[in-house]
Amino acid sequence: MRLRGLLRKESLQILRDPSSIAIAFVMPVVLLFIFGYGVSLDARRVPLALVVEQPNRDTASFVAGFFQSPYFVPVPFATVQDADAAMEEHLVDGIVWLRSDFSRQMLSQGNAPVGVIVNGVDANNARLIEGYLQQVWADWLAKFAATKGIPLKTAVRVDVRVWFNPAVRSKDFLIPGLIGVIMTLTGALLTAMVVAREWERGTMESLLVTPADIHEIVLSKLLPYFVLGMGGMLLSVSMAVWLFGVPLRGSLWLLLVASSAFLLCALGMGLLISAVSKNQFVAGEIAILVTFLPAFILSGFVFDIRSMPLAVQLITHIVAARYLVRILQSVFLAGNVWPIVLPNLFGLAALASIFLALARRSARKSLE
Amino acid sequence: MPADSHEYTETALELESVSKSFLTGRRTVRALNSVTLAVKRGIVTGLIGPDGAGKTTLMRLLAGLLAPDEGRIFVLGIDASAQPQQVQSIVGYMPQRFGLYEDLSVQENLDLYADLHSVSSDERAVRYADLMRMTGLASFSRRLAGRLSGGMKQKLGLACSLVGSPPLLLLDEPTVGVDPVSRRELWSIVHRLVTDRGATVLLSTAYLDEAERCTEVVLMHGGKVLGQDEPAAFTRRFVGRSFHVFASGISKRSLQERVSRAPDVLDAIIQGSRVRIVTDRPVVPNATQLLGRDQAVEITPVAPRFEDSFVSLLKSSERVPPPSRLSLPGTLANAKAGNPDEEMIVVHKLSRRFGDFFAVRDVSFAVRRGEVFGLLGANGAGKSTTFRMLCGLLPASEGTLRVAGVDLRQAAARARARVGYMAQKFSLYGDLSVLQNLRFFSSAYGLKGKHQHERMDWALTEFELEPFADSTSRDLPLGFKQRLALAVALMHEPEILFLDEPTSGVDPLGRREFWRRINALAESGITVLVTTHFMEEAEYCDRLVIMAQGRILAEGTSEEMRERFRSDALPNPTMEDAFVALITGAATQQSGAAA
Repeated sequence: MRLRGLLRKESLQILRDPSSIAIAFVMPVVLLFIFGYGVSLDARRVPLALVVEQPNRDTASFVAGFFQSPYFVPVPFATVQDADAAMEEHLVDGIVWLRSDFSRQMLSQGNAPVGVIVNGVDANNARLIEGYLQQVWADWLAKFAATKGIPLKTAVRVDVRVWFNPAVRSKDFLIPGLIGVIMTLTGALLTAMVVAREWERGTMESLLVTPADIHEIVLSKLLPYFVLGMGGMLLSVSMAVWLFGVPLRGSLWLLLVASSAFLLCALGMGLLISAVSKNQFVAGEIAILVTFLPAFILSGFVFDIRSMPLAVQLITHIVAARYLVRILQSVFLAGNVWPIVLPNLFGLAALASIFLALARRSARKSLE
Repeated sequence: MPADSHEYTETALELESVSKSFLTGRRTVRALNSVTLAVKRGIVTGLIGPDGAGKTTLMRLLAGLLAPDEGRIFVLGIDASAQPQQVQSIVGYMPQRFGLYEDLSVQENLDLYADLHSVSSDERAVRYADLMRMTGLASFSRRLAGRLSGGMKQKLGLACSLVGSPPLLLLDEPTVGVDPVSRRELWSIVHRLVTDRGATVLLSTAYLDEAERCTEVVLMHGGKVLGQDEPAAFTRRFVGRSFHVFASGISKRSLQERVSRAPDVLDAIIQGSRVRIVTDRPVVPNATQLLGRDQAVEITPVAPRFEDSFVSLLKSSERVPPPSRLSLPGTLANAKAGNPDEEMIVVHKLSRRFGDFFAVRDVSFAVRRGEVFGLLGANGAGKSTTFRMLCGLLPASEGTLRVAGVDLRQAAARARARVGYMAQKFSLYGDLSVLQNLRFFSSAYGLKGKHQHERMDWALTEFELEPFADSTSRDLPLGFKQRLALAVALMHEPEILFLDEPTSGVDPLGRREFWRRINALAESGITVLVTTHFMEEAEYCDRLVIMAQGRILAEGTSEEMRERFRSDALPNPTMEDAFVALITGAATQQSGAAA
C-alpha cells in the first residue's frame, strides 16, 4: 500500500510536470533527428571543380561518371586558375583536371595522368573524397577498356566488400549507439534531478518521517523512471528502424535485456548523484558531466575506443554506455553475435549491481 | 488539575544531556549543548527561542532524522537514535517548510500520506471528513497544492501529518510567515487535537505571543534550555516590573532612547505614544532614575507579558552590554535641512494590474519628512508590489508616485539616488567580505576616493562591523547581515529609506537593536517607509496602513487602530487583534457584497 501510494504520486508528478516527459521523449526525438539527418560522417554531394582543357568523347564519358555519382556535384571551369580561385573561396572541395593530351595519352600508353587536388583542411573529408574519386576513375577505366577492347593494365584489382553495412551509411552506425546515449539521459539525469527536487522542496524531509522504509522510497524512484527510460528506448528503436531505415538484424528481446541492464546502471548512477547533491542545478551538472559526456565521448559511439590512448581506453571500462553501444551496434547491424554480446552484457550486469548497491548504501532515512 | 495529574506525569519525550554539532565551512557550530528535557504527554509544549537557538535541530533529532553526538533521546519510550524507523512510523512531523507536492492536488497529497500510513479506505472517509472540517479545505480538494495561499498550504501540511492519527506531533515553526488569521486557525486545530484526541504536541515558534497559547513553554537560546514552565509562571516573575512611561515634550523615540540607557531598565520599547519598560526590581522607578534628571513623567504600572521574561532572560544569558549612544545623526546632514512638513513620498490612486488581476488597487498615502511609515499586511497583500513601484522597479498601471519631489514616471533614476533601499532577505553578495560588499555598493552609488573611504569607515564603526570586516558576509550571524544591509543602504546618505521586511527571521533582541537604529535615523530627519508582517512592529511606526488583497483597509496610528476595536470582549486589543478584525471585517463585507 505504501509503495503503491508512492508510485502513484510519482506517476502523477511525471504526468503533470512537462520537463520529465520532455527529457524522456522529446530529447530522444531531437537527438535522433540531429544525428539522423544533420550529422553524417559520409561525404555526399561534394562540390567538385572539373577542368577539361580539350573536351572530346573520352573526356565526356569520364566527366559523366562524376555527374552520375551521388557523391559529387561537379562544377565545370575553363581553366585551372579559375578552379584554384573557387577552391580558395571554399566553393569547391576538390579539382579534377584533364589536360589537353588526355585522350592521346590514354590511347597510346593505356594510362593518362589526371590532376586531382583535394582540399585537405578537413582531413577526414579529404580522405573520403579521395576514395570516391578513385572509385569513379576505376569504374570509368574498366568501362573504357571494355568498349575499346584493350586489356586493362592494373597490377592488383581491389575487390572491396563492405560487411554489415554494405551501403556504408554512417547513420546505420551512429543511431544504434545514440540510443545508448539517450538512455543515459533519461536514466541518470532525470533520476538525479527528481530526487534532488524532493530535497530542494523539502518534500523528502516529510517523506522520511513516515512509516515508509528506505527500500520503498528508493524503489518508488527506480520503477517509474525505469518504465520511462524503456519507453524512450522503444521510441528510439522504432524511429531508428522505421524512420531512418536502420536494419535490425538481431533480436528485439536481446535489445530489451541489454537496455534494461544498462538502464539499471544509469538509474543507480542517478540515485548516487542525488545523494551527493541535493540541489537540482548541481545534480543536473554532475549528471551531464559524469554520465552524459562520457557516454558521448568514451562509449565508442562516434570515436573508436581502439584508437584512444591506453589510459583513456582503460577508463572506458567504467563507462556503462561502452558496453551497451557495442551490443547495440552488433545487434542492429550484425545480429546476435554472442561472443560480443555476452562479455558486454556481463559488464553491464556487473556495473549495474555495483551502482545499485552504492545507491542503496547512500540512501538513508536521515539528514546526515 | 488533580484529576489529570496521572496523565500529566507521563512523559512523551525525554532528552538526556543531548549534544549535537555541525560543521559549516571551517567552523564547528554547537547547535545543541547538553540539553536535558522532558515533555509531558497530552499537552501543547512550546519550544520558543530566537533563530539559531537549536529548535530545528532538536525537532530533527526527535524525528530520528539526525543522530545525537552525545546523550540519549526517547520518543514515546523508543530510543530515537537506535530505532529511528519506529519513531518515524508513529510521530506526525511537520518540518519548517512542509513538503507538499505542489503539482498534486489537495486530495492527492492527502491520499499519499494516507497510503504511507496504511490508512484503510473505511477509516479514510471518516478522517478526511474530520480533517477537511478542521482545516476548511473541503472546497479546495481538487486544487493543486501549489495554487493554495500560504496559510492554506500550512493547514494542508498539518492535515497531511495528521492523516495517520499520530499520538505525538512535532511541528517546526508551523506559523512562520502565515497571516494572523490563518495563524489563529492553525492554533485552534492544534488545541482541538489535544482536547479531542489527547494528542501530545511539541511546537516550535519564534513568535513570542504564541507562548501564551501553550500549556508549557521551553525557552531555548544558543543551543541551551533556559527554562521550562507554564507561560504564566514566566510572566509572574515580572509582576510589578513593567511600566508605561510618558513624558510630554519628549518625543517617544528620544524618550525610548534615553530610558533604555537607564541602569535599572532591562527593556524599553515603544507602544503607541508611550514607552513600555521592564525594570530589574519590582519597584516603581522615578524620573531621575530613568532620565537622569527630575522631569514630569507619567509612570503607570502595566501587566507583564511573556516577552518581558523572554527578553530579560536572553539579555542576562548573553550579558548584553547596555546600549551605546548612537551617533547616526550628523553624517546625514542633507536630510535635516529640509522643511519638516514636506511630503517626501506621495502615492495617489496607485494601481498595478497583472492581466485582469489587481495586485495593487487604488492605493493612496503620503509620508512626511522624518516619519516612520509602515505598510502592514499578510503575504500577497500587495506590499511588495507597492514597494517595487516606489523604487521604480515596476511601472504603475495607473496613478501617480512622487518620491522626494520627483515623479517616478519621468525621472526614476534621479529619485533612486535619494533613496536607500534594503531589499527583502538583504540581497548581499554572500561570497564577498563585509568590506568588499561596502566597497561594491558604495561604488555602485557613485562614491569614490576619499569620500568613499570615509563612508566605509563610518559604516564599520557605526554598525560595529569592524571585527567582521574581513569575514565573508554569508557566514555572518543574521543580525549582523541585517546591519550590513542597512549600512549598505545608507552609504550614499539618502534622505529616504525603504525597508522591505527588514526584520523577517531576526530574533527579538536583534529586532530591538535594529529598530533603535531606525528610530535614531528618523530622529535625524530621514524618512522611513517599512513593510512588515510583524504586527507588533506597527508600534514603531508613526503612521501605518493595513493592506489586504491590494487595497488599503485602514490608515492611522497604531493607537487609533487599536482604539477602533476596543470592546468589552477585548478591553486591551493588540495590534494583531485589530488586524484580524479588519481582515475578517473586510472579508464579510466582500461576501456580503457578492451576495
